[in-house]
Amino acid sequence: MIVGEKMTAITGSAQSAVGRRLGRSGLDLTVEACLAAIADAGLEVKDIDGLSTWPGFAEQPPGFSPVGAPELKEALRLKLNWHAGVSEAPGQFGSIFNAVGAITAGFCRHVLCFRVLTESSSAGKASVMGQGERVDGWSKYMVPFNALSAANWTALFAQKHFDCYGTTREQLAQIAINGRKNAALNPKAIYRDPLSLDEYMESRMISSPLCLYDCDVPVDGATAVIVSHIDAAADLRRPPLRIEAIGSAHNSRYSWFQFDDLATQALRDAAQMMWQRTDLKPADVDVAELYDGFSFICLDWLEQLGFCPVGEGGRFIEGGERIALDGELPLNTNGGHLSAGRTHGFGLLHEACVQLWGEGGARQVGGDPKVAAVAAGGGPLGGCMLLTSSQ
Amino acid sequence: MTRTLPVVNEDEVLFWKGGADGKLHFPQCRQCQYIVHPPAPVCPQCYGRELGETTVSGEGTVATFTINYQPWVPDMQVPFTIAIVALNEQDDLRLMTNIVNIPPEKVEIGMRVSVVFEVCDEDIYLPLFEPMKVSV
Repeated sequence: MIVGEKMTAITGSAQSAVGRRLGRSGLDLTVEACLAAIADAGLEVKDIDGLSTWPGFAEQPPGFSPVGAPELKEALRLKLNWHAGVSEAPGQFGSIFNAVGAITAGFCRHVLCFRVLTESSSAGKASVMGQGERVDGWSKYMVPFNALSAANWTALFAQKHFDCYGTTREQLAQIAINGRKNAALNPKAIYRDPLSLDEYMESRMISSPLCLYDCDVPVDGATAVIVSHIDAAADLRRPPLRIEAIGSAHNSRYSWFQFDDLATQALRDAAQMMWQRTDLKPADVDVAELYDGFSFICLDWLEQLGFCPVGEGGRFIEGGERIALDGELPLNTNGGHLSAGRTHGFGLLHEACVQLWGEGGARQVGGDPKVAAVAAGGGPLGGCMLLTSSQ
Repeated sequence: MTRTLPVVNEDEVLFWKGGADGKLHFPQCRQCQYIVHPPAPVCPQCYGRELGETTVSGEGTVATFTINYQPWVPDMQVPFTIAIVALNEQDDLRLMTNIVNIPPEKVEIGMRVSVVFEVCDEDIYLPLFEPMKVSV
């Protein structure tokens, strides 16, 4: 099997300021993150020959994707062999997968990938679908029934998992509580005060079984990473983080409600593909940064990536010891989306790089982590990667 | 309840407006009888291009559900139940819908339900579901 992604590596990673109502433009934040990522790699702007983003500029929902590839190209006057800003991809890491394709095809050597959101400034509350006169497109079989939010759609999967496997709210709470513990050690996190199980259990329901603390917090912020050909990565500022394997498969229905197994999501197929492309095993993973836009999605990733058997996720995270910073599988070490903010997968990717480069500071995972699993997306979106710092 | 209604494209009239007769209708492959939803100009099972219509019983099972408590938009009356209902006729024939005529906290996975239509503007008939009436 040709595993082209092994010819690519992440060579730089950076984040802009991340916060609530920063009052800065999306492009301003994007430029901050991108220039920092380029410098982080030890590159100059003129070295960037590819540009990739997901989902590209989007007018709706407000702040969801305020900057597309053309705006950034213009702002930095980039000279590019290839660029793409596409929404129809296997999740938020679609831009990374596209970059890998462009690099292995020989189009580019250094691709700048970014994700920016200004959902906090733009809306001040969670984004929902169906704000127009009429709804058309992929959400038209959900919105008329007032299933307006991804919280509703994800809650349906969570309830099915609860029913099939006996998962409980007390167990699911550990995703949020663990994130909050890690966030206390992350100066850039949004919510840093401790969260108790009692507070979680007593918080208001959003869409059962998901309560307030199961839902992430909208923020303003941009994240950028540089994906480089391995041959162009050797002499840069940092040790390259090789992309060991990618999972981007999607083999069932493209839908929030037609997936063959309603106790999991499209991420199941992505996870399976990833392990088919590497000799590494789940036990080799030193740190996991798994999408927690909603807590249940993170639980689902844990199971489908094989960190525990399917259906056992609730029992695996119970008590929180296994997923703690000093546990067998440190999880969402920056606080995740739930406590560090909804940077839509890219914040977790950035955190994986930080951990593999040993720069986590107070939240650095011990034992010199060498392999990270990162994953983004829920519902019909799912993409994952293994990053490794070993050559 | 305030709702955002769908744009009804030509091939979707059967689903969104067919409920005028109190029944649920779907496109069906003439070759292999697979029921196609959402509507498409091809059967995804046998790739046959000739699609007819079928009328189903309107009965199914709650595959999963959620009670929405959050008023996402002004005037949204909460709580209410959102569900995925699997229809009797075909394993993978499912609708996202609301369960009505029952308090949300009484809804359970596996509950047997049947269709009931909410008439909206422009002759759109939204298929909602209520608990099956137990015959005496």
